[in-house]
Amino acid sequence: VGQAKKPLGPYDVPDAVTPYQQATTYNNFYEFGTDKADPARMAASLKPRPWTVKLDGEVKKPQTVDIDTLQSWFPLEDRIYRMRCVEGWSMVMPWLGFPLAGLIRRMNPTSKAKYVQFTALLDPKQFPGQRGNVLDWPYVEGLRLDEALHPLAFMAVGLAGRVLPGQNGAPLRLAVPWKYGFKSIKSIVRITLTEKQPKTTWSLAAPDEYGFYANVNPHVDHPRWSQATERRIGELSRRPTLMFNGYADQVASLYSGLDLKKNF
Amino acid sequence: MSKASRSSAVPAPSARPAPRRQVRPLGWLGPAIVVGGLVPIFGLIFDGYTGALGANPVQRAELQTGVLTLALLIASLICTPLRLMFGWTWPARIRKALGLLAFMYAALHFLVYLFDKGVFSGGAGVQTFVEDVVKRPFVTVGFAALVLLVPLALTSFRGSVKKLGFARWTALHKLVYLAAALGVVHYWWGVKKDHTEPFLYGAALALLFAVRVIWQGRKPRRKVGAVGKTTGA
Repeated sequence: VGQAKKPLGPYDVPDAVTPYQQATTYNNFYEFGTDKADPARMAASLKPRPWTVKLDGEVKKPQTVDIDTLQSWFPLEDRIYRMRCVEGWSMVMPWLGFPLAGLIRRMNPTSKAKYVQFTALLDPKQFPGQRGNVLDWPYVEGLRLDEALHPLAFMAVGLAGRVLPGQNGAPLRLAVPWKYGFKSIKSIVRITLTEKQPKTTWSLAAPDEYGFYANVNPHVDHPRWSQATERRIGELSRRPTLMFNGYADQVASLYSGLDLKKNF
Repeated sequence: MSKASRSSAVPAPSARPAPRRQVRPLGWLGPAIVVGGLVPIFGLIFDGYTGALGANPVQRAELQTGVLTLALLIASLICTPLRLMFGWTWPARIRKALGLLAFMYAALHFLVYLFDKGVFSGGAGVQTFVEDVVKRPFVTVGFAALVLLVPLALTSFRGSVKKLGFARWTALHKLVYLAAALGVVHYWWGVKKDHTEPFLYGAALALLFAVRVIWQGRKPRRKVGAVGKTTGA
């Protein structure tokens, strides 16, 4: 990527960062098409400015805010995160953004707020993949409030020090590194605090294969493939998948007492 | 040199007129199918070498060899319906090549899969493979399809029909339908969400099977017509 060597921050992983070229041409972003090359090919149809984000639900004062205003509320920081796709491959992504917790606190949750729901843009003009019914559009995702408040839960607006490319979820996306990649919803237009557990796109599409939690777990297989190993993009042989994608020390306590086989 | 050979060739065929090499109609077809069928392999190797297989070349090669297997299997299954429907006999001449190419890609697909699972780098690779076959229906059906193709490939050489007898050989080779169907199921179960492509292969296979069943139903009338056309050609 051509960055000078910087000391690792407290939330960075020491792994070699995935080359920018690969991180921006091998993407799952069905809004652009189901092929991994589609997002990079079609990304120009997405217009990430002007862009507004609606902040509503169980908050003291709902509002709609421009993306540049929203991002000016927080100092931007670098985070080198592992990203493990449910399909069995992984990357190391140098995100630029701000912790989700700061945004949630700024939204002023009411006492009823228990979950966070995220909604991606619905616009078949900008997202050609939404002209078909591969998934139920718009893409929706969610987190438990305590997960969303965890310091690792991150809102990315950039990649490798540059503004986030369309294919990686411009202009605003989630990055929850201990969960499978599909949890990290892209091109967010709405963040809603809710009392009930929100619906999530992939668990609606195939409830027996994708759950609400989607924590990276080498011991709980996908019904059609093992999750014990993964291919790090750029490597030919597989490596073992780590519990919570290697973030167990930080996040395992969130799930104490929860049966992770049932709550996959 | 050419003069000498010509002069020596002159008296020899006195018994019979010089047997001019018989030019089969569409004689180029067989070699063209073989060459055309091998091109994707070199394409894959070339793309792998230049990085054109993308960020996840192993997965890409796995998918491409799998899709090629299905496409070639289905192509090999078009031959008989074409004869039944239009009386064309020439496709039958490339059927064997198509079938063997399909088997070759199936074997390559399997090898790439084994590589993907780390079977060639030791460790738990073999165990992972066995677990996959036993525990995951998606892999089970794919592996079953490959296993079914093995006896077909082994009996596709000259003399196999004679050795087995036509009836038994034909019965054995009907397994190709089962193998292709399992291949489609394997593809269907293998994709995450977008079933368009597996559906197209499944539809093609179903259509070809339907043609056989329907035309087999009117066999007597059709057979006379087909024989007439063959002898006429």
